[in-house]
Amino acid sequence: MAKRMQACTTCHGAEGRTANEAYFPRIAGKPAGYLYNQLHNFRDGRRHYGLMVGMVEHLSDAYLLEMAQYFANLDLPYGPPKPLKNGTSPATLARGKALVTQGDKTRGIPACVACHGAALMGVAPASQPGLGNRPSMPALLGLPRDYMAGQLGAWQTGLRRAHAPDCMGRIAKLLTPDDVDALATWLASRPVPSAAQGGAKPADGLPAPMPEACGGVK
Amino acid sequence: MTRWQRWSPVQRVFAGLAAFLTLDFLIICALIAIELLAGKAINTPASGQNNTLKPSQDMIQRGAYLAKVGNCAACHTARGGAAYAGGKAIATPFGTVYTSNITPDPVSGIGSWSADAFYRALHEGRSFDGRLLTPAFPYPNYTHVTRVDSDALYAYFMHDVAPVTQPNRVHDLPFPYNTQVALAVWRLLFFEKADEVVDSFNQNTTKNTTKNIATQAINTPASGQNEGKNSPQTAEIERGAYLVRGLGHCSACHAGRNALGASTNDQLLSGALMPMQDWYAPSLMAADQAGVAHWPRQDVVALLKTGVAPNASMAGPMAEVVAGSTQFWTDADLQATAAYLQSLPETPVKTPAAQATGPTQKPLLFDRGAELFAKHCATCHGEQGQGMKVEGNVALPALAGNRAITMTNTANLVRIILAGGYAPSTAGNPRPFGMPPFVHVLNESDIAAVTTYIRNAWGNQAAAVSAADIVRQRKGVLR
Repeated sequence: MAKRMQACTTCHGAEGRTANEAYFPRIAGKPAGYLYNQLHNFRDGRRHYGLMVGMVEHLSDAYLLEMAQYFANLDLPYGPPKPLKNGTSPATLARGKALVTQGDKTRGIPACVACHGAALMGVAPASQPGLGNRPSMPALLGLPRDYMAGQLGAWQTGLRRAHAPDCMGRIAKLLTPDDVDALATWLASRPVPSAAQGGAKPADGLPAPMPEACGGVK
Repeated sequence: MTRWQRWSPVQRVFAGLAAFLTLDFLIICALIAIELLAGKAINTPASGQNNTLKPSQDMIQRGAYLAKVGNCAACHTARGGAAYAGGKAIATPFGTVYTSNITPDPVSGIGSWSADAFYRALHEGRSFDGRLLTPAFPYPNYTHVTRVDSDALYAYFMHDVAPVTQPNRVHDLPFPYNTQVALAVWRLLFFEKADEVVDSFNQNTTKNTTKNIATQAINTPASGQNEGKNSPQTAEIERGAYLVRGLGHCSACHAGRNALGASTNDQLLSGALMPMQDWYAPSLMAADQAGVAHWPRQDVVALLKTGVAPNASMAGPMAEVVAGSTQFWTDADLQATAAYLQSLPETPVKTPAAQATGPTQKPLLFDRGAELFAKHCATCHGEQGQGMKVEGNVALPALAGNRAITMTNTANLVRIILAGGYAPSTAGNPRPFGMPPFVHVLNESDIAAVTTYIRNAWGNQAAAVSAADIVRQRKGVLR
């Protein structure tokens, strides 16, 4: 399978861990269900990056699932977070932390941790990842600030979409530019959990039901 | 004295010329008017009687197969959209055309069309109301489709496709391309409908030129001289010609187009740069492009059925054709298509034009290219460009001696290095191998160097590629 996945390496790195992270996200160790959905989204017009669309355009569901499982099963260490941009204010970090951990009920914004897991390392059900009706959620740590801000912007403009009901699209559209900056900055500043803290793997499930219905995580 | 007699000889010549041109102009206007008015609306209940009779399951299934053969979904299904509901944007040099809804929805689709109207759309390029359709819909090919096949397609679309209410989007074509007059002129110049054929399997009703073309073709040296006009071989080649020229609409890409977007000769599959795309549809009649006269028959069939053959792999628009169409063709139809393609006269390999770029530039690019190849490419393609085998099967065809590498037109080669891509998943090759994109890894001069290197290493011989060539194509990839 590794030889068949060589085509992914110039962007996502030889081991699914990328060099130019602002543009090409790490895919190693992400939940298979999440990766599978994203491959589908590129193929079927819900995500629009031309190079990715061109790669997966004529591939079958079975092969896309196999690809997703291959990268999900790669267990590779994460590097430390990048240093903060000069002039990042403590207020920005505090705002980011508050949104991630508590959300903003007055504006209808749920906490990120409610869906992406208390450790923010995503959720991947142990049983048959990505299939059936168990949620599969990506990690929010281990990604650079510019990539996070770019993706939130894409959700806001509708350039990035998920199956309806598109919860992430709805939530992103409630965020102000300052919210996006604060979220991306704080998330990118956090190291992934060490082995002692429970490790960098996705959680097996969520302690409580998700705050709203999401079509993209089935 | 009449006015004519008062005029000088020079004036008389001009007046005569003016009269002649006026007459010509009037004749042309009359022809355009005839073209515009010739097609009446034929969706009236009287002619729509076919709607009420439910066709046999057999006929519907045959129509479903023919819809795959014609790859109708490639254009009439938008990415992620409902099947056959249209709305896909097709960029042309004249503007953007939006494909139409061909589901049986009575208002936004073709649900109110009769079988006659459906056949006329294929055969003459007219909508149900007589309006002329844009030739982005390849009716210059579909005019060859028999009435029996058209009726089967109609049965499938009417009875086995879900109706979708999705109004057609107006084409984004500037004046004059958005007028019926422009289409009428285009048709006068470039379109001739084929003779009507009821059923190509019944020799008594076959009257069109397919037979003549096929018969001419088998008289070429490539397929030998001994086959009689009614031999099984002839019938097979005729079937192949029918598929290639009709529903397969191969010439829509593989035949050259003139400045007005018309195929210069839809029987000549002599290769063409695809409009608005950075892909070159290679000649199916040239040994140094994509001619297959010298190939083993089973390799031609395998390439169309699985997307890969021992020495070739489908990419770009042909990957789409295999994924959406040819992988579903019956073996008999693929054999027939291969037989026809192999019967085409093939021009031999031309002497390479490697010397064209001058002696000083090549070694420089070549040496740099060799370094880059060793670093980025050799792991998969082999140090000697020998390709890669996995579990005894060819995973990546050799670059050495590969005409896709040395072809004069480098559009496809450069495109694949820039943007990468996978061969299509097919039943015969469900887990294809892929090429990574290098557009963001190597700069223009690096890509020019590595391209020049592989075109001239291991016995390959072809012209160098310049950084300027890469710059032009890079824009298309990042668009």
